[in-house]
Amino acid sequence: MTAAKAPPADAPPPVPSAPAVPPVRTAPARRRLTPYWLLLPGVLWLLVFFALPMVYQASTSVQTGSLEEGYTVTWHFAVYGDALAEYWPHFVRSVLYAGTATALCLLLGYPLAYLIAFRAGRWRALLLVLVIAPFFTSFLIRTLAWKTILADGGPLVEILRTVGLLEVTALLGMTEGDRVLATPLAVVTGLTYNFLPFMILPLYTSLERIDPRLHEAAGDLYARPFTAFRQVTLPLSMPGVVSGTLLTFIPASGDYVNAELLGSTDTKMVGNVIQSQFLRVLDYPTAAALSFLLMAIVLIMVTVYIRRAGTEDLL
Amino acid sequence: MDPYEPDGPGAALLAAARRSLTGGRGALTRRSLLRAGGGGALALAGTAALSACGIPPARRESGAAAFDDHSDREKTVNFSNWTEYMDVGEDKKSRPTLTAFTRRTGIRVKYTEDINDNVEFFGKIKPQLAAGQETGRDLICVTDWLAARMIRLGWAQKLDASLLPHAYTNLTEQFRDPDWDPGRAHSYPWTGIPAVIAYNIRATGGRKVDSVSQLLDDPALKGRVGFLTEMRDTVGMALLDLGKNPADFTDADYDEALARLQGGVDKKQIRRFTGNDYTADLDKGDLAACIAWAGDVVQLQSDNPDVRFTIPAAGYITSSDNLLIPAGARRQRNATRLIDHYYEPPVAARLAAYINYVCPVGGVGAELAKIDPALAANTLIIPDRATAAKSHAFRSLSGEEEKAYEEKFAKLIGA
Repeated sequence: MTAAKAPPADAPPPVPSAPAVPPVRTAPARRRLTPYWLLLPGVLWLLVFFALPMVYQASTSVQTGSLEEGYTVTWHFAVYGDALAEYWPHFVRSVLYAGTATALCLLLGYPLAYLIAFRAGRWRALLLVLVIAPFFTSFLIRTLAWKTILADGGPLVEILRTVGLLEVTALLGMTEGDRVLATPLAVVTGLTYNFLPFMILPLYTSLERIDPRLHEAAGDLYARPFTAFRQVTLPLSMPGVVSGTLLTFIPASGDYVNAELLGSTDTKMVGNVIQSQFLRVLDYPTAAALSFLLMAIVLIMVTVYIRRAGTEDLL
Repeated sequence: MDPYEPDGPGAALLAAARRSLTGGRGALTRRSLLRAGGGGALALAGTAALSACGIPPARRESGAAAFDDHSDREKTVNFSNWTEYMDVGEDKKSRPTLTAFTRRTGIRVKYTEDINDNVEFFGKIKPQLAAGQETGRDLICVTDWLAARMIRLGWAQKLDASLLPHAYTNLTEQFRDPDWDPGRAHSYPWTGIPAVIAYNIRATGGRKVDSVSQLLDDPALKGRVGFLTEMRDTVGMALLDLGKNPADFTDADYDEALARLQGGVDKKQIRRFTGNDYTADLDKGDLAACIAWAGDVVQLQSDNPDVRFTIPAAGYITSSDNLLIPAGARRQRNATRLIDHYYEPPVAARLAAYINYVCPVGGVGAELAKIDPALAANTLIIPDRATAAKSHAFRSLSGEEEKAYEEKFAKLIGA
């Protein structure tokens, strides 16, 4: 059945002066619904695993009560102010550590991704596998391994001390005395290590897409290698830089395992507070409020960042 | 008279208005209307959903739920325990004491090592128990404060004493009557867990560490002292060191003990507060001295002779891990029989020889001596009179106290 039917025979002939209206094509209802059916699994997934938990957490954050008496919604919004006033140092620390780790990841990851994309030749696949390989062991085990690597009397700390680097980091407040473990430096190191692959992979995909002939063209136009990099490669790899930094910064700011295992009392991040409020203190409203505050802070920072970086296509 | 007609907007203006309604950014299209309407509906529904939520009281009347025991029909029992908390046979796979139970009773034990941390385990089973559903577990093993909380909330099944002849007779005096479960109506201890002071003599440079005061003040240990994240062990030891009684203290005493520990944090004497992971640090010497659980020390010592322990003159805290049957368990009688099985001295001796914690079963010494005389003589496994006299228990806390204390303690440990 089509909408553009021939007019019935007894109908008056169309007024010739009227402009010809293009026939409106309406697809059959079934076909029109197809996209919605295709969307359904995704929407359901979002609803059950994202929207509902968010509503539940939002509700929890404005409840008051206790485990024994139960909790009721009292619209106790003051909990947000209280949580922020009480735990703002943890927020600052989270942003600071996650930011430092992200910057370090970029510094370490960019050259490596560049190497894999342009210079690795037939080793490319192997190098990529090596980047992903650490994921085959558990996150926890990998983090615990750093306790051995950074052990007080261990060779690495010994070298850092001999070189005098520990004195510099101690001045910056990153280490204490002759040790690295249980200091901010250890936490940032752990974060950097754990999230490095999340930086390298997006960087690699965007670098790999750059046409190598562009480099030759830049050379033909008398650009020195550094100028070519600054004018051609770097701008073209910006989508990778942006998505890499986001993939690193967002999970790192909510992480609590590194601060728990490699840190000390004064290196705890917001994630540790949320965990402790949920499980140890059983103060569910404060924990939920802290989660929302963290989400809001990260969201604001990311929005500003994306606006400034101005990338339409991530990846 | 003509009705007053103001000059209408000019044609150009009207056209512009029409354009702005139908095209451009502020256009009122079907989509934007839907979006606005949808947003409004979402906001309304969201508010309604937010206020409809709420968490019902967790407390339930103990045993109020219909007692529906499937023990006769289902010859199994699901037992959840901590990792490495069960004896293992020569082949590294079989569990001799559980096999013995199956052989004797015909009840198959489904043994799961899924408890790693009290607070996490509580988070895991809380939703089911609060909703009055069964957890799928017939027997669980949790530390005394969590057992106390579950009993307080009515989430532990009362035990049938007639099925516990050995347990009733053999339970040692020290564990007989905790203030959180008078007469052991709901729980029986699996092990006692003394918290003592451990140190790595190589890391301390040959120095002996024997008091909490020394942990907090000795400059030779600066930055290499560990305390436990388990609030009752850490604060309990500090209370004892201050000459207070952990079984009977006031809020002011608690605050004093916390202030003492805070001093240690502030002057960087304390390196960190640890869970089970202190063992590796102590073994390597990154921690020179710490509060440690006795069973860990016994096991560490077998690999590293530098690890030593002392029992402070001021006394030490003994907590316990306890077997209890969560509310709504399907096979309560089977679970109760399993508890009683572990109170027969030969079985208890086998277990103690493997896990090296304080055995709560009386008369186990002779049986343990048959397996390993050295273990039988170890006062960390079978405390002698002098050692037992120094043991203290941390008093049970009300829900409100628990929250307030944990909150202060969380601040101390940094989160």
